[in-house]
Amino acid sequence: MTRDLDATDVNDLAVGAWIIGTGGGGNPYLNHLNMQQIAATGTQFELIDPQDLDDNAQVAVVSTMGAPLVMQERLQDARDVARVVEMMGDYLGSPFDAVMATEIGGSNAFQPLMAAAHLGLPIVDADAMGRAYPEAQMTSFAIGGLQPWPLALVDPRGVEAVITNVPTWKWMERASRALTIETGSMAATCKAPRSGAEVKRWGVANSMSFAIQLGARVREARAAHEDPVAAICAAAEGQLIFTGKIVDVDRRTTGGFLRGTAKLDGLDEYSGHNVELDFQNEWLVARLGDEVIATVPHLICLLDATSGEAIGTETARYGQRVALIGITAPPLFSSPEGLKYVGPRAMGYDLEPVDPCP
Amino acid sequence: MRRIGIDVGGTNTDGALLDGAEVVETIKTPTTDDVLSGIQTVLEGVSHHDIGAVVIGTTQFTNAVVQRSKLNQVGFLRIGLPAGRSLPPLVGWPPDLAEVVRGETLMVRGGIEYDGRPFEQLDEQAVIEAAHQFADQGNNSVVVAGSFSPIDTRQEDRAAEIIAEHHPKAQVTVSHRLGQLGLLERENAAGLNACLLELAESIISAFASAIDKIGFGSRTRLFLTQNNGTLLQVKEAAKYPVLTFASGPTNSMRGAAALGGVSDGLVVDVGGTTADFGALVSGYPRQANAAVEVGGVRTLFQLPDVLSIGLGGGSRIHLNPLRLGPDSVGQRLSTEALAFGGSVPTLTDAAIAAGVLNVDGTSPPDLPNADEVLAYAATMIAGGADRMKLSSGEVPLIAVGGGAFAVSDSMSGISEVVRPDYGDTANAIGAALAEVSGGVDRVFQGMGHDEAVAEAIHIATEDAVASVADPELVEVIEVEDLPLAYLPGDARRVRARVVGPLK
Repeated sequence: MTRDLDATDVNDLAVGAWIIGTGGGGNPYLNHLNMQQIAATGTQFELIDPQDLDDNAQVAVVSTMGAPLVMQERLQDARDVARVVEMMGDYLGSPFDAVMATEIGGSNAFQPLMAAAHLGLPIVDADAMGRAYPEAQMTSFAIGGLQPWPLALVDPRGVEAVITNVPTWKWMERASRALTIETGSMAATCKAPRSGAEVKRWGVANSMSFAIQLGARVREARAAHEDPVAAICAAAEGQLIFTGKIVDVDRRTTGGFLRGTAKLDGLDEYSGHNVELDFQNEWLVARLGDEVIATVPHLICLLDATSGEAIGTETARYGQRVALIGITAPPLFSSPEGLKYVGPRAMGYDLEPVDPCP
Repeated sequence: MRRIGIDVGGTNTDGALLDGAEVVETIKTPTTDDVLSGIQTVLEGVSHHDIGAVVIGTTQFTNAVVQRSKLNQVGFLRIGLPAGRSLPPLVGWPPDLAEVVRGETLMVRGGIEYDGRPFEQLDEQAVIEAAHQFADQGNNSVVVAGSFSPIDTRQEDRAAEIIAEHHPKAQVTVSHRLGQLGLLERENAAGLNACLLELAESIISAFASAIDKIGFGSRTRLFLTQNNGTLLQVKEAAKYPVLTFASGPTNSMRGAAALGGVSDGLVVDVGGTTADFGALVSGYPRQANAAVEVGGVRTLFQLPDVLSIGLGGGSRIHLNPLRLGPDSVGQRLSTEALAFGGSVPTLTDAAIAAGVLNVDGTSPPDLPNADEVLAYAATMIAGGADRMKLSSGEVPLIAVGGGAFAVSDSMSGISEVVRPDYGDTANAIGAALAEVSGGVDRVFQGMGHDEAVAEAIHIATEDAVASVADPELVEVIEVEDLPLAYLPGDARRVRARVVGPLK
């Protein structure tokens, strides 16, 4: 099924993508603003179902790597995202048929729109994470054992690079991260291209329309003065696991990642209980007292209790009243192979994965 | 030293004369359309003997932006190409405001990296051309905003210098002076500032002439208060009027803290229509962290974290089921409420009926459920207080404002309710007590937490001393250390704020 995305969908995507960013992925505000400008001129984006892709179609997989703070100062130009797709097409010797997101959680959800706005390509309703993860190799394509190379990277000054070969996905993360840091910790990247057949087999299908739908439910609930948190849970088949107030946030960086713990004191029916949330850019593990109640790869979303707006690990702050919800990850990520990439142990926790939605 | 504090609010202009920390006199008068005559009424109404400073908190600049009135056009110069072209200056502003403010919006090559390296060298030739364009278009108020300018201010300063040389009429607002990290938000703040410069000039000279007229003498210094509750020298206020935004709630909380003798706890200011809750940390309002919209424009101002609920003395009582507000008779309380001969049952009526409140010239209205109404109001207040609390322990609550009678003396989580004298002019008292501040928000690299925090405090202290704080008495009131993700070299963003008394 093909549909066109209009200005309302673009707005809804910003809200929904930030929710399933699970605390990370970067606030989509700036990319959203970029696409609002373009949507306001009447530009529409064509969203196609992955099942409608030709098996031999060539799909560009885009994301911007770097530090959210740099993105706030450098203000990415959509043309850079278009450029990196073009450049990869040139390297491969054949142009792309469609473009898709690597990461639907957070600001990267907008990357395929940014490319499509200038290239006129259709956008595949899929991504490779179904949320945000801290590292570029934490994807369904890596779990599927697909080829990690080549990768194209551009910065706005005209630094352009192609990494033509790497032994593993982890090496692709390391090599592309090094280039990103040297060019100022922000670069547009086009990951290893995927065939239509690969996207159908290994992509997280319909994740973009899911994010848009989440945003739409929040918008409708607010307009009807209903509870946006309940609307999110209903739309995502998620589970409210705690409501409370943030009473402490401890942040530290190790190895270039923002890590730490947020502590919540229970309110309402959770009064007298406490939750600790560990994060590495994203929320990774939730503990109710001593009991682990949710872990990666499942989605742990911290929301403003009243507005339903997502709260990021960088902005969580003392005193905020919050609702914590859990959403089950797509089965691929909790398969034995998936857990090697995105399970608790892949993130340094000696824990079995816990699905918050039994 | 004796000081006069004046707070110009939407409804009333309040004044207070303080001798040291002691309140000598207070005065309340309606805010006049021209603002100035209300201020004059206050100045004439208090003693003039030995006044060291007059400190004015005013909503005029906020109101000008909200009402889109009395704003001047602004030329924008962004330093950051070849990045950022698709998000030009004024992007995301409400169209009606952008239309009023928009002059030339130009972008040139340049900018800084997070670690202080140049992103690109500043294109000085392009800045010269921009200066001529601003001059040709009559854009005499100009914003200069460059990427990562708080880390290295030199490109912005150099551009301002070039503009001054080629467009001598221009008044330039450089974004790093208003700045936190976040280019668009910082540029927006600079834009809001720049569109207020003509108004600032006329307001501030009017304030000065009002003071001259009273004849305080040359020893009396004039200050405005800024959003963080500290003093802004007049010559700074003329250049940075945007810093006065939201000083009202801050002054109110600062005044409540001083009057109540409480430096850590909660404040509730119950007015006619809303009850506003704030939290005090070391005598200053806790600040909201998130992006704040002013007049629909996204900024990163340090504004106090305020929770407003629709409950005040004028809140209407609804029955079946019992509910209070959010509609209120507001300023029309003395004509529309039952106790004053009107027809609307309000929270004030319930308090008079229950004998909690005595108001001269009123008779208790017939409200059989008055106690129930008061209990309902107390529950709403308790809920608001609980939402502002940071921890489960008990904290004191200072209740000020005309509707403070609605605050119950016993609430869970509240150790005591403090009801200070002069609570209804806490805002003017807060203005009179304002101190001098200094601050910094910057990325530090290659140093650990302790070293970076020490360096930040040092920079903030120098900043305060430059604004005539007494260096011996400067105190640190806020330090935040945020390690940065995806950046090498132990990069951390440290924000520090210090305050001290006027030297």
